Amino acid sequence: MSLPILSLLIFFPVLGAVILLGTGKENGKKIKIMALVISLLEFVLTLPLWFAFDKTTHHMQFVERHSWISLFNIEYYLGLDGISILFILLSTLITILCVLVSWHSIQTKIKEFFVCLLLLEGAMIGVFCALDFFLFYIFWEAMLIPMFLLIGVWGGPNRIYAATKFFLYTLVGSLLMLVGIITLYMQGGDTFDILALAEQSYPLKLQLMLFWAFFAAFAVKVPMWPVHTWLPDAHTEAPAAGSVVLAAILIKMGAYGFLRFSMPILPEATAAMMIPMIILSLIAIVYGGLICLAQTDLKRLIAYSSVSHMGFVTLGLFSLNTQSVEGGILQMINHGVITGALFLAIGMVYERTHTRLISDYGGLATRMPVFASFFLLFTLASIGLPGTNGFIGEFLILLGSFMTRPWAALIAASGLIIGAWYMLWLYQRIFFNPVNPRWDSIKRLDRREITIFLPMVILIFWIGLFPNHMLSYMHVSVAHLLEQVTGNPAGIANGVQFGLDAAALPLSH
Amino acid sequence: MNIPFTLPALGPIMPEMLLVCMAIILVAVDLLFPRKKELLSQLVVLTTIGLIVMLFKQTPAVTFGTMFIVDPYAIFFKIICLFGLLMTTLLSGQYLKIEKINQGEYYSLMLFSVVGMMTMISAGDLIVVYLGLELMALSIYCLVGLLKNDWRANEASLKYFLMGAFSSALLLFGISLLYGMTGTTDLAGIAQYCLEADILTNPALLTGFALVLSGFCFKVGAAPFHFWTPDIYHGAPTTITSFMSVAPKAAGFAVLGRFLIMAFPESQDQWGPIIAIIALLSMAVGNIIAISQQNVKRMLAYSSIAHAGYALLGLLTGTSDGYSATMSYLYIYAFMNMGAFAVVILLCTKGHRRESLTDYKGLAKSNPGAALLMLIFLFSLTGIPPTAGFIGKFYLLKAALAAGYTWTVILAVIFSAISAYFYLRLIRYMYMEEAPQQFVTHYSPGIIAALAISAIGVIGIGIFPGTLLNWAARSLIVF
Repeated sequence: MSLPILSLLIFFPVLGAVILLGTGKENGKKIKIMALVISLLEFVLTLPLWFAFDKTTHHMQFVERHSWISLFNIEYYLGLDGISILFILLSTLITILCVLVSWHSIQTKIKEFFVCLLLLEGAMIGVFCALDFFLFYIFWEAMLIPMFLLIGVWGGPNRIYAATKFFLYTLVGSLLMLVGIITLYMQGGDTFDILALAEQSYPLKLQLMLFWAFFAAFAVKVPMWPVHTWLPDAHTEAPAAGSVVLAAILIKMGAYGFLRFSMPILPEATAAMMIPMIILSLIAIVYGGLICLAQTDLKRLIAYSSVSHMGFVTLGLFSLNTQSVEGGILQMINHGVITGALFLAIGMVYERTHTRLISDYGGLATRMPVFASFFLLFTLASIGLPGTNGFIGEFLILLGSFMTRPWAALIAASGLIIGAWYMLWLYQRIFFNPVNPRWDSIKRLDRREITIFLPMVILIFWIGLFPNHMLSYMHVSVAHLLEQVTGNPAGIANGVQFGLDAAALPLSH
Repeated sequence: MNIPFTLPALGPIMPEMLLVCMAIILVAVDLLFPRKKELLSQLVVLTTIGLIVMLFKQTPAVTFGTMFIVDPYAIFFKIICLFGLLMTTLLSGQYLKIEKINQGEYYSLMLFSVVGMMTMISAGDLIVVYLGLELMALSIYCLVGLLKNDWRANEASLKYFLMGAFSSALLLFGISLLYGMTGTTDLAGIAQYCLEADILTNPALLTGFALVLSGFCFKVGAAPFHFWTPDIYHGAPTTITSFMSVAPKAAGFAVLGRFLIMAFPESQDQWGPIIAIIALLSMAVGNIIAISQQNVKRMLAYSSIAHAGYALLGLLTGTSDGYSATMSYLYIYAFMNMGAFAVVILLCTKGHRRESLTDYKGLAKSNPGAALLMLIFLFSLTGIPPTAGFIGKFYLLKAALAAGYTWTVILAVIFSAISAYFYLRLIRYMYMEEAPQQFVTHYSPGIIAALAISAIGVIGIGIFPGTLLNWAARSLIVF
């Protein structure tokens, strides 16, 4: 019996939160340092996973399995495969950055803020590790509580509305999923074991019902059009750290849910619902992008761009072939990095200016040159400039979807153009227009803030130039997933056949 | 003529008899030691704990013919009622002093009402049900009106009495119809006669059934028999409100469950859908009207109507799974609701009861401990994991789905999501709004104990529900 590393990962931040709760509230600095140390240690704990992970098997690794509620055959069952491991690493990394970016911007109830953040981290890791559907649901819902408080207590002027909307949207979706989970439990032989549930076959009618029940929860989280309307409010009103966690991790859970549950457990329904899902994704891509053009609020614009980018992710997942699915997963990581970085950047500038209106800005490039260069890099990565990670993800998705449905790729590609339009226009309005004299004495980035950006920059170029390293973690797991869904490890690749797989991309080293 | 008389076995009713003795002793103690009020609550706590231990060890038995049944099912519910009594007593000390109603009758009446509940729970005969029910109800009418100088309490007491009398009349009329049709008031006897005579669809029998059902629904506060709840919960002393939301409700469910499954086991397919409608109506009324409430006690009153609806989800299945789901849920509800009321009582001060929702503004800042506990209880009432409320709701949904009530369950979860709105509102006031108000709290040992028990219960059952669920599963009526 080796070290229960996954349990440790889940409960270490929770324990940290409890310890923080016990400290006196006067000493803000001590609390921040403790939170930083806890999140750093947590990140260090995830590193062994990265190196010990066996890339040659689709079986779950680092498995922990204990009976929990024997009456219902519910287990405490954790494990990782090539799909989930990347999200664990991303979660722990993002949490460190969230602690850092909140260093000065959180002035009230400092202790409670970091307690919420750490509890959230524990629950997020739990979501990605859980292999028991019930356990997954526990973490999935438990996450709502700290997130609700993060938005509602430390958010912007309209925070209470945003927090309540976020909570209710997610809760309705989750509860419908709960009904689906219980139905699946009864049909699947009284077990919540996800792997065992995926090995059975269910009648198509039941599959379709379950698919929509799960869709209610996952689509709200992604968020897919038309259930995306909570996202702009929540993103906009949340404090910087809240926006970053939302953008980087929380909304990935919806797509992760499709990958982990809907697709392997309900393969026929997934195949049957492929076209509707692709259409919803395309609407999200184009509509999300167009709405960005009309935004006057900085954070709102990035929030809507998330809708558009997540449209790419779901397009990739539901195009059901190696390239598109791997591209989708990679794009989830990329979007986490890029949009996370953008929200971090906005958090920093908001801390100085206390305005989110784009029209209040202008000419910042002359006042904050280093910041402007970082922001430019993130903008370009978001657009998908070759050499950055954004390009790899979107290219793979478009390639994959072109192989199955050329028309979908065609429409999605137009989303890229819109993306370039709104992002560059945004950049112009903030950094290049005539200098707004209000910001003449604006503070430049300090060392802490540059440190926050560095990991993001490294990830952008690392994934952008050597995508194979990330992709190699998921090859086997994705092949296994596609075999479960389509019966073919390469997935559906009718239409145009290129005969190259992601591993042999010209970009790989 | 010489009628042979043998005394029925008294062993099975020992707990009830002890409780009656204690209730009388309390009045005497209050007379003899008028200065030592705390002695009263200490005596009640000790008695209750002793009785709970005694009940755990009680062996199943039947006495007074088949009129009084002690089975694991009865023991399970009796322990809920005693638990409610214990928690209320712990909460009372401080509150009674503030409201100046610290007198022997208070505890004595509570004990009598618990005797009534325990009689109801064990009743194998409709007459005994009625006997217990009236003992319980009469004691509670008095308790509700204990704040003599408060017009709300007077209104509540009178209203409760009138409505209670009306529902008792319905119940009695129903019982008489059932007796008229079957010639017996014995629950098992009714079932047997219905089967033999094949009168299950007889209109008079159905009317009797419907009237009895209405009477019980009144007691558990399910819609459309809920109209008394808000005013009475609002007007009664808060400790009594917390007591009423747990103990009489549990007793009502116990007797309803026994009535349905013992007297009418064959017609589940008929009463199942009826109870499903009552359950959905309760959830709709409770959760939707609660949104517009401005008073915490009224809000919790409507929430208790909704929770009665959830608890009915288990009973309506008529399956063992459903019954144990309802039973576990009532336990969990006792913990979380008692906890929420404990916080309300904690904040109550002389001259300012702090019952309005806006009185909670800024609580998290001045009183983080109390706010955190309230947060946990409210999330549990909403049914968010990892709290016990989620486990309870999950079990109910599972049981109802297994019995084929898919649409009922889907509607139930939608109402459950609606309920999140008003629970969240209180959390919003506590955590997200500031107000320059001072909170005076007196952490008496009783309140601390009550808060600790509730919090440990809510979190503990949420994470390790196995013990409770297994106990409920073992404590079923033999089907």
